[in-house]
Amino acid sequence: MEKQMSIIETSHVSYDYIRHDEEGNVEGTMRAVDDVSLSVEAGQFIAILGHNGSGKSTLAKHINALLLPTEGCVVVDGMDTAKEENTWEVRRRAGMVFQNPDNQIIGQVVEEDVGFGPENIGIPTKEIWERVEESLKAVGMYAYRKYSPNKLSGGQKQRVSIAGVLAMHPKCIVLDEPTAMLDPSGRREVIRAARALNEVEGVTVILITHYMEEVIFANRVFVMDEGRVVMQGTPREVFSQVERLKQLRLDVPQVTLLAWELKKSGLPLPDGILTAAELTEELEKLRSSGADA
Amino acid sequence: MLRDITLGQYYQTESVLHRMDCRVKLVGTLAFIISLFIVDNVWGYLLAAAFLGLCVKLSRVPFRFIVKGMKAIVFLMLFAVVFNLFLTPGTPAVSIWRLTITWEGIRMAAKMAVRLTLLIIGSSLMTLTTTPNHLTDGLESLLNPLKRLKVPVHEVSMMMSIALRFIPILLEETDKIMKAQIARGADFESGSLIRRAKAMVPLLVPLFIAAFRRANDLALAMEARCYRGGEGRTKMKPLIYRRRDYLGYAALAAYLVVAALIGRILL
Repeated sequence: MEKQMSIIETSHVSYDYIRHDEEGNVEGTMRAVDDVSLSVEAGQFIAILGHNGSGKSTLAKHINALLLPTEGCVVVDGMDTAKEENTWEVRRRAGMVFQNPDNQIIGQVVEEDVGFGPENIGIPTKEIWERVEESLKAVGMYAYRKYSPNKLSGGQKQRVSIAGVLAMHPKCIVLDEPTAMLDPSGRREVIRAARALNEVEGVTVILITHYMEEVIFANRVFVMDEGRVVMQGTPREVFSQVERLKQLRLDVPQVTLLAWELKKSGLPLPDGILTAAELTEELEKLRSSGADA
Repeated sequence: MLRDITLGQYYQTESVLHRMDCRVKLVGTLAFIISLFIVDNVWGYLLAAAFLGLCVKLSRVPFRFIVKGMKAIVFLMLFAVVFNLFLTPGTPAVSIWRLTITWEGIRMAAKMAVRLTLLIIGSSLMTLTTTPNHLTDGLESLLNPLKRLKVPVHEVSMMMSIALRFIPILLEETDKIMKAQIARGADFESGSLIRRAKAMVPLLVPLFIAAFRRANDLALAMEARCYRGGEGRTKMKPLIYRRRDYLGYAALAAYLVVAALIGRILL
């Protein structure tokens, strides 16, 4: 397959939530996604940022046809999600992991849960087992295959959920705030698993989050506010606009913030420093050039 | 305190009983329960107890664990025993005030206690050695003929397995809500029965709301994973009878015959 082909293409997508009163009459509408056009290339790691209510989760649900756009259209791997005959194939190709780890695990045993998706799409028994094994290994949960999900930590449960999606052999995985309910170590586990998926298995990953630290290694970042995509670019391009991000009520990674503050108080640092290593390097450079002068 | 109920909880280990086809176990449990009501003498109960003991041994589930699950039903058992003790007519053995314990009552109560104990151990052994998912698979397969009568067998079994999956989660949630309310001065433990029941209302409301929210999330997650009912679904763990399952059926049949002979006819 060509690398350049875009796997997800949304054009002018808008979505209205319709509020009903007690009798079921339409009371009003709320535009959650407003004229979003974006395209994602196969094999990329994409991050969508935005504070609560920015429409990022609503947009995510369009990618696997859980919601259909009020206006515009979403094309996943060449298929229009609005066509009914495409629904299941779209859902197979674009898997989704949700926020709450407890509310998406169906099986009573880890391996049974991972097998749930393949069962639904009619995979023969023998192949289900192969897929379950390979998916659990890919997220590093194979040793727990016989465990009850209730005995796992939040991060482990989310990795099981990722394996459950992976077992359906999707081309793309949408992770809808998978780390929002986890502690820092659980967050690291899940992000590591998502990155491995992208780098080793070549699956396109779309990570929706409001933790800035999680997106610094993404290929591309989209920032949403009030249903619109307001910024996009590489993490470096996006995070160099610290003031704009603050306006959108978003944080920047701590290192970026520190570099920005240093620059504001007069140090000649470049924009968009993302990691501690980068900052130390730049500071070292400054010090040695300062010593020369 | 809420998490002590082992009924419906799977005990993870490797054993013959764990690996046995769940249909054998379901039929076996049913047959065992029926046998308890067929037999009518000490030898019959001894045989039933021995059979059950053998099964417990084979299952490798620690006996302690099984007994712990029974604590929840002690009250029910006491109830049955006490009623049988006092309300069975016959020759009086002891008479205290207006209550009379009869010899027949003692025998009846003892029988009841033994029956209930064996029955509960027997059925919890099944749930301890079978994952609820397996259990519902077995039920689905055994009830499959009903599909012809338009009974939604697959849907019902799916509902059951989801209910079972969420029991521990909702128990935990109840615990959490209770603690949060106790921390704010709610009192669940003192006062009359009615007052305590009333104190439960503010507990149930958030619990129900949370349960509905979970149900909504779960439905979404299932749809996202291409769930669309039983049509066209394959099985990860299809039910296939193996040698040990036929052996299981044979052992069961042997037990039933012997139990009927000993318990009813011969002695």
